[in-house]
Amino acid sequence: MNAPIKLTAKDYATDQEVRWCPGCGDYAILKAIQKLMPELDVPKENSVFVSGIGCSSRFPYYMNTFGFHTIHGRAPSVATGVKLANPELDVWVVTGDGDGLSIGGNHMMHALRRNVDLNILLFNNEIYGLTKGQYSPTSQVGTKSPSTPDGSVDLPLTPCTFAIGAGAKFVSRSIDTEMKHLTIQLTKAHAHKGASFVEILQNCPVYNDGIFDHVKDKKTSADTRLLLEDGKPMLFGTDNCKGLRLNTANLTLEVVTLGEDGVTEADIMVHDETNKVLAQMLSELKSPDYPLPVGVIYQAPAPAYVTDVYNQRIKVREAKGAADVNALLQSGHTWTV
Amino acid sequence: MSAVEQVQEQGSNILTDVVVRFAGDSGDGMQLTGNNFTEATAIYGNDLATFPDFPAEIRAPAGATFGVSAFQIYFGSEDVTTAGDDVDVLVAMNPAALITNLKELVPGGLIIVDADAFTAKNLARAGYKENPLEDGSLDAFRLISIDITKRVIDTVKPHGLSHKFAVRCKNMWTLGLTMWLFDRSRDAAIDGLRKKFAKAPDIAEANVAAINAGHAYGETAELPSGVEVYKVPRASVEPGLYRNTTGTEALAYGIIAGGQLAELPIVFASYPITPASGLLHSLSSQKQFEVMTFQAEDEIAAVCAAIGASFAGSLGVTSSSGPGISLKAEAISLACATELPLLIVNTQRGGPSTGLPTKTEQSDLNQSIFGRHGDTALPVISASTSVDCFDVAIEAVRIATKYRTPVILLSDGYMANASEPWHVPDFNSYEPFPVTFETNPEGFSPANRDPETLARVWAKPGTPGMEHRIGGIEKDYVSGDISYDSDNHQKMTDIRKAKIDGIANDIPDQEVVLGNKKGKLAVVGWGSTFGAIHQAVKRGLAEGLDVAHIHIRHMWPMPSNLEELLTGYEKVLIPEMNTGQLIKIIRAEFLIDAKGLNKISGQPFKIREIESAIKEQLESSK
Repeated sequence: MNAPIKLTAKDYATDQEVRWCPGCGDYAILKAIQKLMPELDVPKENSVFVSGIGCSSRFPYYMNTFGFHTIHGRAPSVATGVKLANPELDVWVVTGDGDGLSIGGNHMMHALRRNVDLNILLFNNEIYGLTKGQYSPTSQVGTKSPSTPDGSVDLPLTPCTFAIGAGAKFVSRSIDTEMKHLTIQLTKAHAHKGASFVEILQNCPVYNDGIFDHVKDKKTSADTRLLLEDGKPMLFGTDNCKGLRLNTANLTLEVVTLGEDGVTEADIMVHDETNKVLAQMLSELKSPDYPLPVGVIYQAPAPAYVTDVYNQRIKVREAKGAADVNALLQSGHTWTV
Repeated sequence: MSAVEQVQEQGSNILTDVVVRFAGDSGDGMQLTGNNFTEATAIYGNDLATFPDFPAEIRAPAGATFGVSAFQIYFGSEDVTTAGDDVDVLVAMNPAALITNLKELVPGGLIIVDADAFTAKNLARAGYKENPLEDGSLDAFRLISIDITKRVIDTVKPHGLSHKFAVRCKNMWTLGLTMWLFDRSRDAAIDGLRKKFAKAPDIAEANVAAINAGHAYGETAELPSGVEVYKVPRASVEPGLYRNTTGTEALAYGIIAGGQLAELPIVFASYPITPASGLLHSLSSQKQFEVMTFQAEDEIAAVCAAIGASFAGSLGVTSSSGPGISLKAEAISLACATELPLLIVNTQRGGPSTGLPTKTEQSDLNQSIFGRHGDTALPVISASTSVDCFDVAIEAVRIATKYRTPVILLSDGYMANASEPWHVPDFNSYEPFPVTFETNPEGFSPANRDPETLARVWAKPGTPGMEHRIGGIEKDYVSGDISYDSDNHQKMTDIRKAKIDGIANDIPDQEVVLGNKKGKLAVVGWGSTFGAIHQAVKRGLAEGLDVAHIHIRHMWPMPSNLEELLTGYEKVLIPEMNTGQLIKIIRAEFLIDAKGLNKISGQPFKIREIESAIKEQLESSK
C-alpha cells in the first residue's frame, strides 16, 4: 500500500455552494471540523456525517465524506443503524436544538443512554431557523417569535443537563467562533469511546442574533465564562480573581472572589470530569449569577453499545458453531414421510 | 353430524378429520397444551392446521370470559388448510371457557370439562345461572365431566409441589387424556417437559405424571358409549423431511435465507408490538447468522436504524403491526427518496388504533400501498400461509436489494401464530441473487442507475473514493446534488415510479391455484384467507361448479397478466378480512366489477362462509 497522503481541510470540502445565511455561526463550525478531520486518524472514506432537519442539518452536504441528510429528529437513530451495520465507521451526528431536543428528544436520550459510539454535535442557537424563527425548547423565557409574539412562557431545557440526565458519558460545551477551544472539544469527543455529546453555542444572525454575546465578547467573557480544565481549580474573571466554591451547607456552587472574606485558591473547587454530581451542578450554571462553563463537563468511561453487541455475538458463535441455513430449517422436531 | 356421532353410526372408530379446541383461562397453559398436541399429531403423520386464539390480557382474572385463551387444531388424513369451521371436541377448563366456545361446537360434539372448576363463583363469573353440567343444557352434546383438579392434585402429591404448582399441572393431565383419545404418542411432550424444566426436575416429573395419569384415565375409566380411541389415518403427503412451523418462524428463517442469497448482512430493528414481536424474538436468538437485531426505543427509531444500516451496506429490516407501521411512514418515504433497500414486515392485526391486538385482520393493504406522503410507490408482497412466509421473505429481500427500494411484506396475526407442517425445503436449491456494491470512483455519481432495473447505485461507506451525500431533499437526476428544479422533479418522480412499475416484469405471472383459467367465477384472495378459499373452491369443484381460486402474492405492482386473467371470468369474488381493500384496487386498475365478501370479526373465514358466497354468485348469474 502507498503511504497515505496527508489530507488537508480542502479535501474535506465539497463543491456544493454553502447555503447558510451570511454571518451564520455554522460557517465557523464547518471550518473547524474541516480543519480537524485530517488530524484525526480516520481514513476519509470511513467518516460518515448523519443529520436530521434544520439549518445545522445541511452540514453533511458540505463535508466531502459519506453523508446522510435524513428526517427531522431521527439522525441519532439512523446513525445507530450505520454504526450497528459497520462498527469500523466513524459516525458523526449533526443536529440542532429543535431537531435534537424537540422532535428528536427521545432518540437523543436513547442514543446517549445506550452509549452508541457516535460523536453528537448539537448546534444550539435557541431558535428554529429553517422554519423562520419560531422559539425552540432551549429559547429563554420571553423569547418573541412568530409563534410567541408576546414572548414564550415555557421553561427551556439545558442541553448538557439533559445529556447528563440521559446517561451520557461525555458531555462538553463550546462556542462556534472559538475555533481553538472547539477543536479541542471535538478532538476529545472523537477520542471518547461511546456517545459523546458536544453542545456548540451557535449564533443565528437572522432570528436570534447576539444571544450569546455576553459569553463571546472578549470584554466580558472573562467574567461570564468558566473555562473547565480537568484537575484545575475552577477560576475565572480577570486574572482569575474569582472562582467556584462548594457550599457544603446547601450543596451548591457559589461564586467567590479570591482575597475577599479570607478566600484563597485552596477554597476553590477543583474540576473533576468524572464527578457526575459536580457535572450536573456545572451544567446548570447560567448567567447572570454564574459564569457559563465551557469545556468537558463530564467524562467517564463506560462500555460502548455496539462493541458489546458484537462481543456478545462472538461469544454466541463460539458456543453455537458455524451457521447453516439447512441446519436451521431442519432444527426442532422433524419427521420423515 | 359430529365426527363423534359419525363414528357411532359407522360402527368404526376411523375419522378422516377432526377439530379439537382447548380452552381455559389465559393462565391455564392452553397454548402449551395445544402446541404439544400439535407436535404429537404432526409426528403421527396427519396433515394439520392450528389457530391459537388468545386475549390481549396476559393474566386476566381467573374465570373471566374475556380472559379465555383457546387453541384449535384441525387434523386429518386429507389436505388440511384451515383450522376448521366447527369444533368436534371441546376441552373446557372452566365455565368461562365453556360458555365462550360452546357456539363453535357441532351438535353431538364431545365436551371434556374439569368439573372441579364449575364452582358457584366461576359459574357466576361466566354468567351461568345454573350449572350447565347438571341442568341438561348440554344434552345436545356428549359430556365428559371429570374432577380433573382433584385427580391432578392426587397425582402430583408425591412430587411435593405446592398447591399452586400442583394445580398448574392440570393442562398436562388434559393433554394426556386427549392424546389417549386420538392415539398420539406422549414421548415428544414428555421430552419437552423434561427439557423445559431441566432446572426444576420435581416440576418436570409432576407434569409427566399428570400426562400419564390423564392417559391412564382414558384407558381405564368407563367413558360414555361412543367415546373411545379414534383413529385418524395418516395423510398421504409428498415424501420428505417435515417439521411444524408458525408464520413467524418461517418468516425469520426466510429473512436469514434472503440475506444469505443476497450475500448481505441483515440488521433487524424493531419495537415490541403484538403480534409482530415474535419475529424480533426469533431473530434475536440467531446470532450465529449475519443477522444483527436491535430493539429500538420506538417504531420510528427502529425503521430509521434499519435505513441507516442499509445506507451502511447491510439490508435493514424493520417489523411491526398496523399502528407501528403508521409511525414509520415518514421514514419509509425517506427510503423511497434515497432509493435504499429496506424490508418492512407488517404482521396485521384488528384495527383501527389498538383495536384487537391479538386478533387477525387484513386491513392494512391500503396503508401499505398508499399510506405515505408524496408520490412514493413501493412494492407490497403478501404471504398466504405460515409456510409461505419463508418464500415470501426471500422474494421480498430479492426485490428490495435488486431495485434498491423499501418493500412491505404483509403477514397477519393468524398466520404468524398458526402452525402447519412444512416439507422442509433444501436451501441449496434456491438461486442466489448477490448484491454488487459500486466501488469504481470513475464516473461515479450517487444518482447513477442500472439502465435495466433503474436501481440506484449502492456505494457503501468505507469504500475509498466513493464518498457521497444522500438525503431527503430532491436530487439532481445526473449529479445527485440538491435540486429544486421543476423539470428535474418531474423527471425524478417519473423515474422512481417507472422503477417500481417495472418490477411487474420481474415477478412470476399470476397463476390459478385451483380450477380453470377462465370460466364463470374466480375467487380472488390474498393473505391468510388462502386455506378457507382453497377448501371452499375445492368443494365447489367437487360439486361440479365452475369456480377457480386465484391467490395474489404480489400486491403491488401486480403481475402483468392479472388483468387478462381476471377478465377471462364472468364474475370475480374477493373475500377479505377488511371492508374491501383489494377489491377497490382491482376495480380501479382493471375496471372489473368484482364483488366483495367481507369479514371483520377478528376471526378467520370459515370454509362454508366462502362456499355459500360462491354459490350465491353462481346462482345469481344463472
